[in-house]
Amino acid sequence: MRWVSPIVIIAIWQVLSTTGVLEETTIASPAQIASTAIDLVQDGTLGTATLISIQRVAIGFLLGGSIGLALAIVAGLSRIGENAIDPPMQMLRMLPHFGLIPLFIIWMGIGEQPKIALIAMGACFPLYLNTLAGIRGIDRKTLEAARSMNLSWSQRIRHVVIPGALPQSLVGLRQSLGIAWLSLIVAETVAADSGLGYMINHARDFLQTDVIVVGLAVYALLGLTTDAVVRYLERRALAWRS
Amino acid sequence: MALLNDTPVARVRSHNRSFGDTHVLRSIDLDIADGEIVALLGRSGCGKSTLLRSLASLDPVKADEVVINGRTAVAFQEPRLLPWRTVHQNVALALLNTSERKSRFDLAEQTLAEVGLSEKLGAWPLQLSGGQAQRVSLARALVSNPGLLLLDEPFSALDALTRIEMHQLLIDLWRRHSMAVLLVTHDVDEALALADRVLVLDEGRIARSWSITLPRSDRAPSQPEIARARGEVLASLGVKPVTVNPQRNPLNNQGAA
Repeated sequence: MRWVSPIVIIAIWQVLSTTGVLEETTIASPAQIASTAIDLVQDGTLGTATLISIQRVAIGFLLGGSIGLALAIVAGLSRIGENAIDPPMQMLRMLPHFGLIPLFIIWMGIGEQPKIALIAMGACFPLYLNTLAGIRGIDRKTLEAARSMNLSWSQRIRHVVIPGALPQSLVGLRQSLGIAWLSLIVAETVAADSGLGYMINHARDFLQTDVIVVGLAVYALLGLTTDAVVRYLERRALAWRS
Repeated sequence: MALLNDTPVARVRSHNRSFGDTHVLRSIDLDIADGEIVALLGRSGCGKSTLLRSLASLDPVKADEVVINGRTAVAFQEPRLLPWRTVHQNVALALLNTSERKSRFDLAEQTLAEVGLSEKLGAWPLQLSGGQAQRVSLARALVSNPGLLLLDEPFSALDALTRIEMHQLLIDLWRRHSMAVLLVTHDVDEALALADRVLVLDEGRIARSWSITLPRSDRAPSQPEIARARGEVLASLGVKPVTVNPQRNPLNNQGAA
């Protein structure tokens, strides 16, 4: 029954558009948006733009995520590492990273680099903070039991630290992916000559509200997809918490 | 063989431990013979867990103060299983750095059968009851066939019935493996039921020791030897004996007229 009200809302929207209450320059009708979506898919515009955007998120996320993960592991496993890494990370995370866009543009111009840097910067911190919290939260007594079984340092990392920190780390992964998508949208809105954000901005210049809505819908679908993938991973990796 | 049996599995000489200015263990001397069950009693903070940690090599100790012959293994008050590994994997992990590494899963299966948990091989630790988890913890300690099994209050978190079952299980396992056992406990009756020797630790020193020679099947609390030892152990732990008034009326908790 949960699908009834969205369908009713879309039906009302369609009626308001057809009767001219909602003008097309305000927002296109659902039927118009659907047919534009099909056109954009068929002429390849949407596919190309989406691929470019996915590529940006993938590179930025992998870069920022692996930096965050690596720093968290070093900080989590050694006192020296923690003292060296945690204070600057705590300071940096207080910077609103979208506020860094002007600096990134000065440093890197308006090509791919500042976009990827922005996404990486956003994705880095949730993974760092959650993985570090996960490592710190590991029960010392469990580690001691591993030591009493003569497990080596690397075996303790493999059998105790990594699986013990994983639940919290996966929470960080979800947050990181969410911020990566958000950063992509901001980056592509500021300066882009390709990708979904470019498609949306280009449509704005011609008041094509249907194209804008299609672009937004694709953003939403992509975010939902990565979130579903992480939730699937969580179910697989955390079966022991049943 | 005689020579082998004369070598204690653990020899502690003039062993001292202190944390800052606090002396936790003072000049401890202790031999644990092959196959002997020693119970270590004492009030909280008397140093009994510290002594166990010295024997388990969990804390750094001077090599000439603590000499261990053969393998040791520890089971703690909490089972301390890895929740993200199955029961089978948890037990097998104890053999990862031993010569039995290749056959570790077979040996783990055998030991889990000995503690009666063959059906739980693939279970996650969080699916086990407290008693089952503690049996896995015992299996994990025993799978490496240690010469000295160190037990740090392993039954104190269990309910009374489960605890009795675990006592029986421990004795069965001991008969089969004939390892020496150091059992740290708060429970005087547990110590008297299981041990060949009972030690009371007080302010970091071994205050007194008792040898219990009765067969384990004969150790009813009413046995004179057990009753006397019980009174003495409690007294050295600072517990005053309670004299039972046979005239007491249990209903109103007052002496009968």
